Amino acid sequence: MAVTQPEILAVTGNEAVAEAMGQIDPDVVCAYPITPQTEVVQLYAQMVADGRVSTEFVTVESEHSAMSAVIGSAAGGARTMTATSSQGFALMWEVLFVAASYRLPVVMTTVNRALSGPINIHCDHSDTMGGRDTGWIQLYGENHQEAYDNCIQGVRIAEHMDVRLPVMHMYDGYVISGAIGPLQMLTKEQVQAFVGPYRAVNPMLDTKNPVTVGPFDGLHGWYFEHKVAQNRAMDRAFKVIQDVADEYAELSGRRYGLLDPYRLDDAEIAIVVVGSTAGTTRMIVDKLRDRGVKAGMVRVRVFRPFPHEEFAQALQHVKVVGVMDRADSFGAQGGPVFMEIRSALYDCDPRPQVLPFIYGLGGRDIFPDNIEQAFAELEEAARSKGRASTGRRYLNLRKD
Amino acid sequence: MTVDKKAGAKRPAPPKKRAARRTPAKKKPSWDISDIDQWGPERHELGATIVEAGNSVYNETGGWRSMVPEIDVAKCDGCMLCYFYCPDASIIVEDNKATGIDLEHCKGCGICARECPTKAIVMKIDVKE
Repeated sequence: MAVTQPEILAVTGNEAVAEAMGQIDPDVVCAYPITPQTEVVQLYAQMVADGRVSTEFVTVESEHSAMSAVIGSAAGGARTMTATSSQGFALMWEVLFVAASYRLPVVMTTVNRALSGPINIHCDHSDTMGGRDTGWIQLYGENHQEAYDNCIQGVRIAEHMDVRLPVMHMYDGYVISGAIGPLQMLTKEQVQAFVGPYRAVNPMLDTKNPVTVGPFDGLHGWYFEHKVAQNRAMDRAFKVIQDVADEYAELSGRRYGLLDPYRLDDAEIAIVVVGSTAGTTRMIVDKLRDRGVKAGMVRVRVFRPFPHEEFAQALQHVKVVGVMDRADSFGAQGGPVFMEIRSALYDCDPRPQVLPFIYGLGGRDIFPDNIEQAFAELEEAARSKGRASTGRRYLNLRKD
Repeated sequence: MTVDKKAGAKRPAPPKKRAARRTPAKKKPSWDISDIDQWGPERHELGATIVEAGNSVYNETGGWRSMVPEIDVAKCDGCMLCYFYCPDASIIVEDNKATGIDLEHCKGCGICARECPTKAIVMKIDVKE
């Protein structure tokens, strides 16, 4: 399916990502379908059946098996991809760490969906936010176009020799995955040239140079050093993610950074947000700006590694920052993004106030009014002389 | 599977009663691991992968053994069952007979003694020298 660049397609987020995977044409895909990611696996299986890709498609009986097969395949020396959501992501849990610690450059699409219980199939970020310490690089896309773009860039980031870490890229379940939005595609030739040939490191299938993958580290081994090496790779990933984004911008005309600021330069109040809610937030920022309120926004694109210096630089002049979390960290001071942002701003002088907002759990709608209400709280905190409470604010929570 | 008879032939004949603590022929590792205890995070292979096959010849791995097999070579009929069953290739074979145990790698599991049809191998309490 060769599509010339100016053409704008109307596709679901899942269709966009399935097309991206088809153009990457990895050696192996091991995946298990789960709502709301199902369409990705279904469409990809169709491409395999139709001979549009040369991928070996491995059907498995669970996500634990999917990720285990992915690890085997990647360690074997194949470019490998998979996709999941929510409970499937949770079932992969123990093997996610293995993929990262074996330094396997796998790319996984994760369509964000709430974790049980009560069982819920709608969007929130509790699945992948819970997986933030698995050692995977995390890219959060905002819309259909970015889901497609992040999938392609993920391959280059993961496989870069300074990184060699698995990459998961996310987009919001239903809001993006199932809804139709605009997409500009590259051609398969462009994508193939961009991702380039796969370079395996110490592949198991190189039988002339036998290797042992995943050995026991001994009773007093080098586990500690390997963990430090993993973290150093995360540090190096900042530059690689930006370099890959810049190269991709030359190809596609679409520019991405580690974070995505909007009208932030002179902002006095600002909201930090992840995923599709950024679109609604931009609209409210414009509305408030029309009224003379110095409002701004920054969207988190890269959450692991977390670009704390860039966030500190972007937000240091802001009086009050509201952080919108679509996942909670029970018993913690706030949601995962709140804790990162607050920590990133700790060394700023003067130190901005950072307030936690929880929204959209289990797919609870987030209306423009809710975001306006959040900005109103930030305005009030900016006006008052003392520092506001850092208790959680819940947006669109039903009244008791 | 082939048995390296030449390598075995080079070794001194074992004492009659108890196999000597043998040291396998040490070859130089293809990569220098002499200071591996000091290796920092950047020196290791990605993901802790071991890139040289058969590298356990460099490492003594029999340290946790509490029992040790003892071979009565006269009873050995050369069936090779001990050799095939040994999980760690620790049976030393010379002229088609089990003549000794590689004690740097034998963990003392006792499978060889259990499988030996002629009871040529018995397990004894290992006395550390």
